[in-house]
Amino acid sequence: MSDPAKGGGSSATPSPAERTTRPLIQVSGLYKRYGHKNVLRGVDLTVASGQVMGLLGDNGAGKSTLLRIISGLAKADRGDVLLDGHPLKQVGHELRRYIGLVSHAPLLYDSLSAEENLVFFAAMYDIEQPAERIASVLRDVGLWVRRREPVRTYSRGMLQRLAIGRAILHNPPVLLLDEPDTGLDQSSAQMLHELVRSLGASNRAILLSTHNLDRAVEWADSVSLLVGGKIVYQDATAHLNGAELRQVYTDANANSR
Amino acid sequence: MQIVDKPLTTDTGMQLPPQSLPEKVGEERVVPVQMRTGGGLAAYLRKVWAITSKEVRAELRAKESLSVMIAFSLLAVLIFGLAFDLRVPEATMVAPGVLWVVILFSGVLGLNRSFGAEVDRGTLAALLLAPVDRSAIYFGKFLAQLFFMLINAAIILPFALIIFNVNLMQPWILVGVLLGTVGYVAVGTLFAALAANSRARESLLPILLLPVMAPIFMAGVALTAAVIDGRAFDDFQRWVWVMVVYDLLSITVAFVVFDLIWEEA
Amino acid sequence: MSTVAARPNRTGLGSVLFLLLTIVTILAMATMMWAALVYARPASNLAGDEQTAQRIFYLHMGCNIGALLVYVLSLVGSVGYLITRKLGWDRLTQASVEVGTLCGIGTLITGALWAKPTWNAYWTWDPRVTTATITVLIYIAFLLFRNGIDNRQARARFGSIYALVAFISLPITYYSARWFRSIHPVIFNGANPDSQGGFDIGPSMGQTISIAALAFSLLCITLMIYRWRQLGLEDRLAEIREEIE
Repeated sequence: MSDPAKGGGSSATPSPAERTTRPLIQVSGLYKRYGHKNVLRGVDLTVASGQVMGLLGDNGAGKSTLLRIISGLAKADRGDVLLDGHPLKQVGHELRRYIGLVSHAPLLYDSLSAEENLVFFAAMYDIEQPAERIASVLRDVGLWVRRREPVRTYSRGMLQRLAIGRAILHNPPVLLLDEPDTGLDQSSAQMLHELVRSLGASNRAILLSTHNLDRAVEWADSVSLLVGGKIVYQDATAHLNGAELRQVYTDANANSR
Repeated sequence: MQIVDKPLTTDTGMQLPPQSLPEKVGEERVVPVQMRTGGGLAAYLRKVWAITSKEVRAELRAKESLSVMIAFSLLAVLIFGLAFDLRVPEATMVAPGVLWVVILFSGVLGLNRSFGAEVDRGTLAALLLAPVDRSAIYFGKFLAQLFFMLINAAIILPFALIIFNVNLMQPWILVGVLLGTVGYVAVGTLFAALAANSRARESLLPILLLPVMAPIFMAGVALTAAVIDGRAFDDFQRWVWVMVVYDLLSITVAFVVFDLIWEEA
Repeated sequence: MSTVAARPNRTGLGSVLFLLLTIVTILAMATMMWAALVYARPASNLAGDEQTAQRIFYLHMGCNIGALLVYVLSLVGSVGYLITRKLGWDRLTQASVEVGTLCGIGTLITGALWAKPTWNAYWTWDPRVTTATITVLIYIAFLLFRNGIDNRQARARFGSIYALVAFISLPITYYSARWFRSIHPVIFNGANPDSQGGFDIGPSMGQTISIAALAFSLLCITLMIYRWRQLGLEDRLAEIREEIE
């Protein structure tokens, strides 16, 4: 990615001491009930700028729900979400500019081309000089060549890349990725990893949910474990490996029964 | 990456102040790209238009429901023509009813796709994430659907004229069809949004929609019949007013209520 | 967090009162049937079949009043839920729509049975009957719609929205139906859309009408309360099931 000041090394993001960070995502005391089921029971989470946080948990643990609440698609029953210090509840739809969401559904119009999709979203986000921005994003995600073809013809990997392009089109400080590696083959996952890494080096806050523990260790700076509707474990990945994490994961799940 | 350093102004004039200036040289603060013009009505209308043109373009490209709707309309008119040919000597007796039945029933086919496809493919979330009041989604889809329905009506009218040999292309009939379609799409878009959340969504929409369309249906039939019979405007003007009132009421109610639907996407 | 405010209490004062209400309702309905069939004098200006059939009118009126009552309650329930988001209001809406469907169908059947001997046709496009039919169709649509939504809160929210929007259309429907007939030639002799069916109302008949209105109102309310409590139990059961899993 064209990234002036922070060209990164392999897994190096400058450590917190080297630059000023501030919390871009702050979640406190989040409760959410679906139907008759308490999905989230008091979630507290903070993601700072420049941080890539992996959110781990079983299926049905509430990862998607949490991401949807942070993105504004769902409303929590209780608790607060602050984006760059602004409360989500009070600011209303303008604050959605701060968020880019990549879900496991592509969120793209398949009879339109990649370019047309981005033109539409550029209009929805009031982007100045959309053509330039769109061209730059398409190049960054490697879809410039096939930009005029209908999205219907894209492979899963290409769809995910375009979805990321759509999510960063308006340059949001907060990026939410809901199991983005689902259904991707190795090379597409690799490309995705590259994108995430360069985005993470750019002072954004990235919250990435996955149930692949090895990926979490590889892609994220720190991980949080969501079990029983709460965050029960949090640590930096610098000194963790897959096996240790797996142990913690099974312990936490066993404890919650 | 574009970095723009102006404070964000919301539509209500509230300022989101930029955070404190960076302390380190070379640190970038990532801020979303700024608006082209100061927000407000212009931006809102631009987005409504963006949604409308996206809908129309996607539909014309995919050709899913518009052609189905038109094909169904033609078939329906034909079938009604056959149904009444033997027993009804005066086609003017049935033409108004047939016209409006076909408009209402075929319209459902078009309405189904306005939210059905979105929910299926998950693109609805993308719309809900956009920084705009949710009513923009309603109006964008409303205008697109109105466009399709008017095309449908423009095909039904001459075809029914031919089959029933009744002059349906008279000014007040056309006004009636226009007003009726507006009301139909106003309520229909809202109900399509509701029905999209239910399991049996395609078959459910006509059941939800048609009982509520009764005033439009009655007004349309009565108006068309009066014009065909050559009555004076004073005789049928109350039906025009019924339609106008219904249209205004339904658009207002839809505008108010639409936001409530999307608390959970 | 419980969605049901209080567990249904089998032995409390509420239950005793409710039992009393049920008994009173049964007595009222019995009184009404007696009054309609025996007590009320036959209409003096009618004769033969038509005269006997006129007695159906009391049931018809009763169903109508009941339906109206229920309509108001379902509106209250819808608005109540949208404002407070407490499921108790939504249960009120559901119960009243269900009872309303019964009353509505009753109105239509009694109306048809009355119309045939009186006007020689089962259906007369009377604007109130037309509106009542459409209301029943809206109720049925409401119930079918909710049936297809699994999430409890979504079901309540969408049901309430639909109910409100659909009910707002009903006054316009009624007036449209009134004007609709006036344009068309009257096919049935004596079938004026605004007429009452043309019978003189004597004092005993007036009293019977009041008894019918009261009895049916009580019946509707009692049925609604039963159904409301039943829905509360269903919700509670679903909650417990979720907690166990």
